[in-house]
Amino acid sequence: MELAVFIAGSLICLMGAIGVVTSENPVHSALSLVGTLFGIAVLFIAQDAEFLAAVQVIVYAGAIVVMFLFVIMLLGVDRTDDIRVDPLVGQRSAAIVAGVLLAGGLTAVVLLGSVSGARSSAAAPTKDLPNVAQIGQLLFTDYLWAFEITSVLLVIAVVGAVVLARHRRDDFVDDLPGDEVPEIAAAPAEEVS
Amino acid sequence: MILGLDPLFSGHVGLVVVLIVVVKAALTLGICLVATMLMIWFERKIVSDLQNRIGPNRAGPWGILQTLADGLKVILKEDLIPDKADRLVFRLAPILTMVPAFITFGLIPLGGDFSNGNGGAVTMFGHTTFLQLANPDAGVLVILAMSSIAVYGVMLAGWSSGSKYPLLGSVRASAQMVSYEAALGLSVLAVVLVSGSATKGGLGTLTTNGIVNAQAPWGWNLWVTGLIPFMIFSVAATAELNRPPFDLVEAEQELVGSFQTEYSGFRFAIFYLAEFLNCVTMGAIIVTLFLGGPAGPVLFGPGWIWGFLWFFLKLVAILYAFVWTRASVPRVRYDQLMDLGWKVLIPLSLGWLLLLVAIRVGSDLGWNPFATIAVSAVVMASCYGLLVQAMKVSRRNRELEGVID
Repeated sequence: MELAVFIAGSLICLMGAIGVVTSENPVHSALSLVGTLFGIAVLFIAQDAEFLAAVQVIVYAGAIVVMFLFVIMLLGVDRTDDIRVDPLVGQRSAAIVAGVLLAGGLTAVVLLGSVSGARSSAAAPTKDLPNVAQIGQLLFTDYLWAFEITSVLLVIAVVGAVVLARHRRDDFVDDLPGDEVPEIAAAPAEEVS
Repeated sequence: MILGLDPLFSGHVGLVVVLIVVVKAALTLGICLVATMLMIWFERKIVSDLQNRIGPNRAGPWGILQTLADGLKVILKEDLIPDKADRLVFRLAPILTMVPAFITFGLIPLGGDFSNGNGGAVTMFGHTTFLQLANPDAGVLVILAMSSIAVYGVMLAGWSSGSKYPLLGSVRASAQMVSYEAALGLSVLAVVLVSGSATKGGLGTLTTNGIVNAQAPWGWNLWVTGLIPFMIFSVAATAELNRPPFDLVEAEQELVGSFQTEYSGFRFAIFYLAEFLNCVTMGAIIVTLFLGGPAGPVLFGPGWIWGFLWFFLKLVAILYAFVWTRASVPRVRYDQLMDLGWKVLIPLSLGWLLLLVAIRVGSDLGWNPFATIAVSAVVMASCYGLLVQAMKVSRRNRELEGVID
């Protein structure tokens, strides 16, 4: 049974992953990514990690990929890209080398290492508590500092994004003649108060 | 003997359990579809009453079969796919609006007797089970996850139509749904905070069953959390459902039919059904989280019947409130929508959550409750002052930049 769930979950993951790289349309790629994320959520549930599965769907499928799609739609980059052109010189060959190395490494770990296949919750601190409650307890006791630091990092990222976005707006000048360079340095910096 | 079979080959799940789950899944699906059909009729009838019209009255008694007639008609219609449409995504989008609502409905406790200490569990063929399709440990998180992927249907429908108005509508819809999800989640947090159970060492619970059990019989979260989370959740739910007064997604005067413009035939019917199914599901979530779900007094006879009855009555009350709002409140402007979401609901729900946390911590540590509330009120007031000041500054800056007049 567990094997069947694993095979189904990993098939969803793999098909999604192949779809992400082979789709010519960015929206199709994003949707394939959602498939992969759901496959990973299924694998989490098979490991009794319900909290991770739910958060995986909320954060990645529900927020991040929605944001991808939003940007794709707003910027109108949803045209079909020519897949035969290398955006960066040598990118494709480097990607092939890196992919082969990664696949070799993973295979080596599986072949040489001792993968027991034991369920993650086998090592849980208390077995009779639900997974969600255990994560909550640990997050707000032993790992509180890491948790708080991470949230501060996120706040910094948000503030940084807002600041960068607002600075760029100043530099835009309407009806710019082709050969004239706008004087960016002279622009009044009134938004910082 | 045959009930001892092991169809899943897992060693501990027998045929009876599998059969119970299958029957429950089929029943849940049936209840969903019938409830959707009745909800459409209910809404049309109530709105027409409120507008001094008669409404549907031809098909069946009181026009109750009108939805069935409409459904049959729409199946027979031609199913068009525009030339510029992305055919795969165009076909996928209606399904994506429907599925999350079904899954969410499977987590709602529909019945059960919560008054005798069993926590709503009933015994069927020698197996103890809850009168809900599934009760995962991550309960409320799964509901939030489903509500966060519900945006895909609308978003992809608009994009894949290959037409301008649907695209505008879907961009509006996704912005609106993503914005109100934050307020939705924060008001759910307040519910989870007060739903601790004394039997498990004061640990809280995320399961829908546990939340209902913590409210039984009369400790409804409606007043336990102090009314504000309920109001925020209801407003955010209305916005999440794209229902009036937040139906900017389907503002006919501006966007033709929005994301549904290019849809016809059965695919349009699926969108139409999904809208009302989502409405029923959201009403059921509100009943579960704030109105005690199926919990209520048992007057006579078996307790689980009363669970269904109480749940149904509470659900109808909430749905009537939805319809009533739709019939009486005019549509808001887009900037009003965003202001309400970001500047009122999110700060208010965050502040209220912190207030509840302070009261909880205070009662654990034996602080004077009045002092706790007074200090919290002062802190919240000063935070509100800072927020107002920040909004004033940013507005002035935007005026200086010439973004707004």
